[in-house]
Order: sequence, then structure tokens, then C-alpha cells
Amino acid sequence: MAKKKKTAEQKEYAKIEQKHELKRPVLRNCIVAFLVGGTICMIGQAVTYFYIYFFNFTEQTASNPTVATMIFFSMLLTGFGIYDHLGQFSGAGSAVPVTGFGNSVISAAIEHRTEGFVLGVGANMFKLAGTVILFGVFSAFVVALIKTILVQWVGI
Amino acid sequence: MLAMFFWAFVVGGLICVIGQLLFDVVKLTPGHTMSLLVVIGAILDGFGLYEPLMDFAGAGATIPITSFGNSLVHGALQEAEMHGIIGVVTGMFEVTSSGISAAIIFAFIGALLFRAKG
Repeated sequence: MAKKKKTAEQKEYAKIEQKHELKRPVLRNCIVAFLVGGTICMIGQAVTYFYIYFFNFTEQTASNPTVATMIFFSMLLTGFGIYDHLGQFSGAGSAVPVTGFGNSVISAAIEHRTEGFVLGVGANMFKLAGTVILFGVFSAFVVALIKTILVQWVGI
Repeated sequence: MLAMFFWAFVVGGLICVIGQLLFDVVKLTPGHTMSLLVVIGAILDGFGLYEPLMDFAGAGATIPITSFGNSLVHGALQEAEMHGIIGVVTGMFEVTSSGISAAIIFAFIGALLFRAKG
């Protein structure tokens, strides 16, 4: 599909748009994202140690219950409307950790509740997170397939 | 142990900064950014680079969404070792299941408990 050529007016408009577009405060955003994201990961580390010391998980296996716990926290924060504010304030800092993934699932579920549990909650739950699962699974499939073929059949 | 907290903070923060740069500089939507990060995680694990990062930074590497791609590949490879090429499909969610199931379960509980605001 070729891009449509812009008419003279559209070009003019794009120029005006560029002039008036708000400059994004990149540095400020990055610092906030670093601090918030880092803090979330530090909380995750504390939860990891909690599982290692009290439930006999090892460092390798403790990441599974940690992720589940973080998503539980994100359910509470989303439900009370705190995560939305955090997201506006910190951008990627709260979106990139797994809590952001949980937030996108949970907020979609809560938002569509009025449409009923089957057609609303069930159908819309993965509206935002579905793309992450799709591309995650497909890329993992390709990577694992290539690696398995290389290791088992070619013998590298 | 304190060093672990420090490195979790730094590495996790840096991954979030990468996400923020993709937002602001490359101007991707959040959906595109998350998808890209997951794919990066999967590829990094394909080269065996994510595991050392996890040993080094703990939750700093397991909490960001990149670890989702990593653990998908991990499960697939684990199962592939035992059952050959079919294991790639059957083992995919082996390791990740906790994240997805937690998201589904807690989202449903959340929908039962909370009401949308506004």
C-alpha cells in the first residue's frame, strides 16, 4: 500500500501542526520513568526475597510468584484508581513493569463490566494486553524454533 | 543483598527509560512499545543473554515486561529438550503461566469488586 501523496494544503497543515506541537520534556520523563520503574523493581526484589526466605523458593523459581504478587498489587491500585494517576505521572515507568501489563488487563475488565460479564468483561479483558501476548508468543515461537533446529538437528 | 536491591533498581529503571525513549523520541504508542520490548526479551533469551541479566539484577530483570518474552522462550526450549520440536509449542506457557493466570484471575476478581469511576 503506497502512502497517499499529500496535497498542498495538507503539507501546509503539517507545518503548522509541527510548529504548535508541544515539545515533550524527554529528560524529565526519562528521570521519572527511571525512578518509578526502579522503585517498582525494588519492591519486586523485596517480594522475591520474601518468597525465598519464607516459602523455600530458589532464586530461579521465585520470579513466578513474584510476578503474580505484583499483578495482585496492581489490581488493588487499579481498583482504587491510584494506578491511573501514577501512569499519567510516570509514563513508561509504570507501564513497562509487569504491573503495567496487569493494569491494562484489569482496567479493561473493570471498565467493561457494565456491558455484562460475558460480552463485557470476558470479551474485552485482553483488548490492550492481547498485542503483548500475541507478539510475545509468536516471537518466542520463532526464536525457540530456530534455536531448537540449530541445536538438535544441525548440532551447534 | 543490598547490592541486589541496588542493581534491581538500576536495571529495572534503565529498561523503563528505554520504554520512555521509545514513547517520546521514536513516538510509538504504548501498545507498540510493549510489543517491541517483549520481542526484544524473546530475542535476548534466544542468544542466552537474558539469564545472566536475571542472575545479576534479580527483579530488575524479571519485573519488566521483557521477561515475559524471555520466559516464553525459556519454557519452549525446556520442553523442546525433552520432546523435540513439538515441545516448542507445548511448552511455551510452562514458565509464564503464573503471570497470565494471575492477570486473568485478579482481573476478574477486580471486575467483581470494583466499579469504573466517572
